[in-house]
Amino acid sequence: MSIGQAISRLDGSRKVTGRAKYTADVEVEGALHAVLVPSTVPSGTIAAIDAAPAEDAPGVVRVFTHLNTPKLAEMTNPPAGQTIMPLQGDRIFYEGQPVAMVIADTLERATEAARRVQVTYRNEPFATDFIAGLDRAEARPLFGLPPDSSVGDIEAALSGTNVRVESVYGTADRHHNPMEPAAVTALWQDGRLEVYDAVQGVVDTRNTLALALQMEPQNIRVRNDFVGGGFGCKGWLWPHEVLAALAARELSRPVKLVLTRAQSYTSHGYQPASRQTVTLAARSDGALTGIRHQSVLAGSLSGDHVEPSGWGTPALYASPATQATHRVVRLNRGNPTPMRAPLEGVGLIAVEIAMDELAYELGIDPLALRLRNYTEIDPAEGKPFSSKKLRECYAEGARRFGWSSRTVEPRSMRDGRNLIGQGMATALFRTFRSPAKVRIGLDQSGEVLIETSTQEIGTGVYTIFPQIAADVLQMPVERVSLSLGDTNLPESPMNAGSRATLSTGSAVQDAAAKLKAKLAEAGATTPDGYAEAVARQGVDRIEAEGDWTPPEEATHAMYSFGAIFAEVGVDEDIPIPRVRRVVGVYNAGRIINPKTARSQMTGGVVWGIGQALLEKSEMDQQHGRFLSKNLAGYLVPVNADVPEIDVSFVDDFDEHVGPLGARGIGELGAIGVGAAIANAVFHATGIRVREVPIRPEHLLAMAQSSY
Amino acid sequence: MSPIEITRRALLEGTAATAMITALPDHGASAQQTPTGGAGESELMVRLQINGKTHSLDLDIRSTLVDTLRERLGLTGTKKGCDRGECGACTVHIEGRRVLACMTLAAAAEGKEITTIEGLADGDTLHPVQSAFIGHDAFQCGFCTSGQIMSAVACIREGHAGTEADIREFMSGNLCRCSAYPQIVAAVKSAAQIQGI
Repeated sequence: MSIGQAISRLDGSRKVTGRAKYTADVEVEGALHAVLVPSTVPSGTIAAIDAAPAEDAPGVVRVFTHLNTPKLAEMTNPPAGQTIMPLQGDRIFYEGQPVAMVIADTLERATEAARRVQVTYRNEPFATDFIAGLDRAEARPLFGLPPDSSVGDIEAALSGTNVRVESVYGTADRHHNPMEPAAVTALWQDGRLEVYDAVQGVVDTRNTLALALQMEPQNIRVRNDFVGGGFGCKGWLWPHEVLAALAARELSRPVKLVLTRAQSYTSHGYQPASRQTVTLAARSDGALTGIRHQSVLAGSLSGDHVEPSGWGTPALYASPATQATHRVVRLNRGNPTPMRAPLEGVGLIAVEIAMDELAYELGIDPLALRLRNYTEIDPAEGKPFSSKKLRECYAEGARRFGWSSRTVEPRSMRDGRNLIGQGMATALFRTFRSPAKVRIGLDQSGEVLIETSTQEIGTGVYTIFPQIAADVLQMPVERVSLSLGDTNLPESPMNAGSRATLSTGSAVQDAAAKLKAKLAEAGATTPDGYAEAVARQGVDRIEAEGDWTPPEEATHAMYSFGAIFAEVGVDEDIPIPRVRRVVGVYNAGRIINPKTARSQMTGGVVWGIGQALLEKSEMDQQHGRFLSKNLAGYLVPVNADVPEIDVSFVDDFDEHVGPLGARGIGELGAIGVGAAIANAVFHATGIRVREVPIRPEHLLAMAQSSY
Repeated sequence: MSPIEITRRALLEGTAATAMITALPDHGASAQQTPTGGAGESELMVRLQINGKTHSLDLDIRSTLVDTLRERLGLTGTKKGCDRGECGACTVHIEGRRVLACMTLAAAAEGKEITTIEGLADGDTLHPVQSAFIGHDAFQCGFCTSGQIMSAVACIREGHAGTEADIREFMSGNLCRCSAYPQIVAAVKSAAQIQGI
């Protein structure tokens, strides 16, 4: 059995020696370098653009502007990251919108020449202030679905009730900041396009690029061996990818384009700020009678993204009435996009802080309140959960954390100068499933190769897919390898929304089973006879194709779950909240590799710490732009920010979700943590902060009052 | 340190660059300035000592060490994450000390011993820090890993790997967005112990 084994990453030696090739590492003979010129204003038109100084600079091959760039097709969002295609006209919709692209023989020369492009703008009024725009929020579809949904009679539930809490909560604009900046190298040959692209979905990128360039998808090949993190911003197709492909076509030369870190803040989305009003109604015994979750999200004029922050809310608790609504304020900013964790990652900040407020209002322990409202059936769909062991997560989490020794009163726990606070929250994430195809072959030396178009973005597929195949074939995992990141291979989905293991992994299992059957037909009933059987057939290898398609009608509601417990310390005089420890216990079906899964969950918890205490992209409202487009001004957690993190899983096999019994975990780890920390800050200080990130200024009142 | 300190910022600013460059011939017999037209543009012959091998290159004077390693020498193990000294992905060793290759002009590294991630292992035998990173699963996507490992080797050598708190502090110049931080601490700690430090 190799499934369930804590195997070290099979791609580990490539990653620790620098041999793993990421997109910008791929050497392409004769590649030109492209550098973008971003708009410096958020709204208006280009009055004049003088490319001559750039064109005259040494090494420059071409400067593309809206005056000489071929027309692209009109696009929808999704599958494009935004609807505004680059260099198609003189209108400016957001600061950072590409207004020119300089192509030169070296990076230094392209960078220098890009500075010389002279752009004069005719400025127009703009709106970048989300809060100022709240009163003009619009109802627009969420991925084509209605923005509002409800179960039961919410108005009746909220009016005829014993206890009711209602507050407004806020989350901030946040940027993905994968360590690998977006990179693309495009080659054009004989009417065919080949693209090395740092993306989470090569097939999606190929198909969307084909739409933009009005080509047949089969004439485009998209590849990558390793992706240096994505977290959502490398999901849909963004302007820089289209521009690199277009330049390669126009110049008949390979073109390499790597975004600068600053450009990454305006080029491929961000998580939009939100204002969420949550109303909870309950009987005095704690039983919820109504949940109303009204979200207003920042949106843009350059695309249609509306973050579905309330999608998961109806599935959380046994409330007879739930309503979730979404409104969007469209702004002169780049388009937002999903970011770890989307949906519940944004929405549960509000709902799970509200649950803590209700617990205090009722005088019920926060954990007891969740258990009081535990549901075995998804109230939204009326279906049972495919598998839900959240009760076990709560119990195990409380035990590991020592929840029972927490004293209830705020400001009642101390460690020297530090006020200690302990809080908890529920995590829940919807399960996404997609069709996947896989080819697998065994050669005369007994080596197995799995081939599928999936991507390695850090989640460990180079290891876990071989584990799945090795498990079926009863072989050592070291003899199985994986070839991926190529649209020429059998198609599997984008690595987004925690679907790769469940979807593509199920197809790997199917392919391996079919290969095993073929080997048996060839006379090999045990693994030591495999290689011989191939030789006897007189072929190089015996191959099988496998696939998996989720059933159209789901009989069960499918979610992954977790219970998060956090402890913070807040110095009474210098009120900087610091996380001291986090315990997360998760239920996500079967875990294929506990080692890589643990890393993923730990990383997710750190994302939650960033969301709770650090990450916020400030807007400069005067100039209509993000203020700190760098890793010095945008705070991501560093090693010194990270406390003791204890993550574990409840044993499970989810027989309804797919043949592997596994659900997704990638997004789950980043959910619930923010609310648990916010609740712990309240417990420590007695100050209820209803927006994240929570910063010292939120707690200054406490420091002042203690003098 | 080098007899002449050339900061990247000074060199990138047109006139300052010219002024600095006139001083360069003192820096080494191999340095030759060749104007190639265009304001502020010139080439320089630079000899770089990387992983025990000498490379002679005609370089655009603006070339940073990270771009030279990656774009000219095919040493793509060193990563460019921010190009502004904020993330640590480009960490290499110069004369055994950890240095950000994006904040170092290639010309300023002339004559010094440069070690990159490609030069860390002894043939097929991984450096103890590399092995520890695999064993402790101290990375996910792997993009920051070269820089983390180069930093970790130096961190241990500096004597900053004695306690977990020290490791956290002295490894905080290397960002990991996948957030493998606890595993990085564990890997550095165990590698330090293996090396008897």
